[in-house]
Amino acid sequence: MAIEVRIPTILRTYTDGAKAVEGAGGTLSALIDDLEGNHPGIKDRLVEDKSGSIDLRRFVNVYINDEDVRFIGGLDAELSDGDQVVVLPAVAGG
Amino acid sequence: MLTIAQEIFDAIVAHAKRDHPDEACGVVAGPEGSDRPVRFIPMVNAAGSPTFYEFDSTELLQLYKDMDARDEEPVVVYHSHTATEAYPSRTDIGLASEPNAHYVLVSTRAHGNSGGPVEFRSYRIIDGVVTEEQVTIVPLTNPQQTEEASTP
Repeated sequence: MAIEVRIPTILRTYTDGAKAVEGAGGTLSALIDDLEGNHPGIKDRLVEDKSGSIDLRRFVNVYINDEDVRFIGGLDAELSDGDQVVVLPAVAGG
Repeated sequence: MLTIAQEIFDAIVAHAKRDHPDEACGVVAGPEGSDRPVRFIPMVNAAGSPTFYEFDSTELLQLYKDMDARDEEPVVVYHSHTATEAYPSRTDIGLASEPNAHYVLVSTRAHGNSGGPVEFRSYRIIDGVVTEEQVTIVPLTNPQQTEEASTP
């Protein structure tokens, strides 16, 4: 099952500079584990341990087919073949 | 060094003054690899705060899709400080995620919404290291650039 994942500039050090990579998984969580297998280190940039459970980092946005995953189940959001995933760091500060 | 057209400089300053006392934020996009900030894109501060800014997540996606379709990148990422100097805060440094961008800070603390000069400074922020750079303002010479600029 192939899912296209768009990688932001800041994380392209993990993908040999590639702007997009392919991954697999039935959920966002499974996809991130799959990405980690091919691009070690990337998972830690996307998720963090929040009081015992793994969740998306607060300032990382992930979209499945243009929908912010926070509104469709977060790491449990479901994926199917042909879906497009976009990762974008928040543009934010103080 | 950041080289920026007078019109875009003015647009950033006007946005910062308009949104004072909340922080204003936005991007100036340009052709990928060109280092030329030509398309001014003011963004809504979804945090609506005098001490924090954040692009709305849906608008953020739209922005990056638009830039992608035009082979652009964010050449400038700007925001204002409304009570402190135009220097990146610890949060700014921690969250900076565009290593190719010029991070522009504008401070409206002196004059708020009224006329009068503002601090306008530019930095590179890479891996937590802040490097201030010179800002050179040039007259807008290429009329094409005006057409490309979005209206706020």
